[in-house]
Amino acid sequence: MKPEGKDNFTPKIVGYLCNWCTYAAADMAGSSKLEIAPELTVIKVMCSSRIDFNMVLTTFFNGADGILIGGCHPGDCHYDKGNYYTRRRFALFKDIMKILKLDPERLQLSWISASEGNRYAEVVNSFTEKIKKLGPNPLNGNPYF
Amino acid sequence: MDKVLKIDISAEKGVVELLKYLLQNDRVSGVFTLRKTGSDGSFDYALITEPGLLEDAIPLHPFMHVNAGKILSALPSMRKPVAAVIKPCELRSFVELVKRSQGALDDFLLISYTCGGSFPYKTTVKGQTDKLLPEFWKAVKSGLDSDSIRPTCRACEYFVPMNADITISLIGEKDLDSKCSIFLHSGKSESMVEGFKAEISKGELDLSRFDSLVKKRKEQKEKDFKELNIQDSGLDGMIDIFGKCIGCHGCSRICPICHCILCDFESCAYDYDTSMIENELLGRGGVRVPTDTILYQIGRLSHMSFSCTGCGLCTEVCPADIPVSTIFRKTGEKVAGLFDYVPGKDVDEEIPVTIFKEEELSELGND
Repeated sequence: MKPEGKDNFTPKIVGYLCNWCTYAAADMAGSSKLEIAPELTVIKVMCSSRIDFNMVLTTFFNGADGILIGGCHPGDCHYDKGNYYTRRRFALFKDIMKILKLDPERLQLSWISASEGNRYAEVVNSFTEKIKKLGPNPLNGNPYF
Repeated sequence: MDKVLKIDISAEKGVVELLKYLLQNDRVSGVFTLRKTGSDGSFDYALITEPGLLEDAIPLHPFMHVNAGKILSALPSMRKPVAAVIKPCELRSFVELVKRSQGALDDFLLISYTCGGSFPYKTTVKGQTDKLLPEFWKAVKSGLDSDSIRPTCRACEYFVPMNADITISLIGEKDLDSKCSIFLHSGKSESMVEGFKAEISKGELDLSRFDSLVKKRKEQKEKDFKELNIQDSGLDGMIDIFGKCIGCHGCSRICPICHCILCDFESCAYDYDTSMIENELLGRGGVRVPTDTILYQIGRLSHMSFSCTGCGLCTEVCPADIPVSTIFRKTGEKVAGLFDYVPGKDVDEEIPVTIFKEEELSELGND
């Protein structure tokens, strides 16, 4: 097998999508036959605030090159205020990543509502591009974790 | 203005006298304090209801073997408050626990003091207590740091208690051996101490005299943070710092903030069964055992670093000498600073991850 370099690199991207907005947007993008980068693996969560950052870390340590968290726009949460908590925790976790120098660029939070199929496609495509540019996750394949 | 009591005996004896008075006059249900348990310098926290047992009390003993905040939260609620003599960092930890519904401030008459630091617990184990104590009190009297106190204490700027009902003034008191000044901050403490024989005046604890010590400690803290030296490439840095971790979870057991009965990291979610190990091997060709030590450390950082009161016990119990406390304080300060949060400062201030403001952080999520 040829070793993976930046040129022939197929990233593994995990998307934690909120059931009520972003997941529905993904559905819509699909049924509208929009072109979406195929590298994203979707994991549906009932609310973006379900995401404990241990899940994010585990995903990184298990070799994901990028993680996309999708939720409803602030104020539109199906559970009223879940995404506000997500936002705080996200800010907190990015800070931890910065201090530990863990490349916060690989983690993205995007508000995408159920009607924004177009935005979903745009976000996924641009995020995939960004990860391709960043190259493979250095944590990947390391036996130390 | 606070009420100040002055007695003409040494500070440690003065506190014991005060505790005895509270207990004998049925102002409190019990007394929670450090107490000698053997002749070899060993000591422990004890809940005492019999005044005679206070003979062996050493409330101001500069050693820390557990965080009293965690113990207070486990004590039963009694008929009347319990007078507890604890260190400022333990008090702050208790306040953090109260915020998490793990205790109530009303159950205690909280007595604390301007803390000159603690010695490593190992010095007690090695029987060197008596050698260190005279040097310690000399340093406290002159308002300086003793050379052998724990590195965490040397970098702690929160040595003046917050939220205490009663503060004993120690640092910079030149005549500690013959005088004891007790500051009563609340109506609760004033009514409880009423009738205690002492010279009573009005006054405030003079904070300006601590300025140079605070400055020195802050400088030390910045120096420690710098010396952590986290590498630029995230992975190597992580392995350098946490690679030594043996996965004993001692830091979370001793941590006063980690109060969860079942820690997430000890749940079966992190049990590696055969299939998971096989999976790992397929992907990486090798797996480190014990697994998840780095995940554990970073996960704990994201769970509670914003509430870290910097008591330093995690560093002390770590068998691999990882500077856990420094890492947590460095991260915690940054994260807590994001929300203007000082752990243990105000009991009404909510934990940053349990609240939100609608208008904040609007720049996030638009990518």
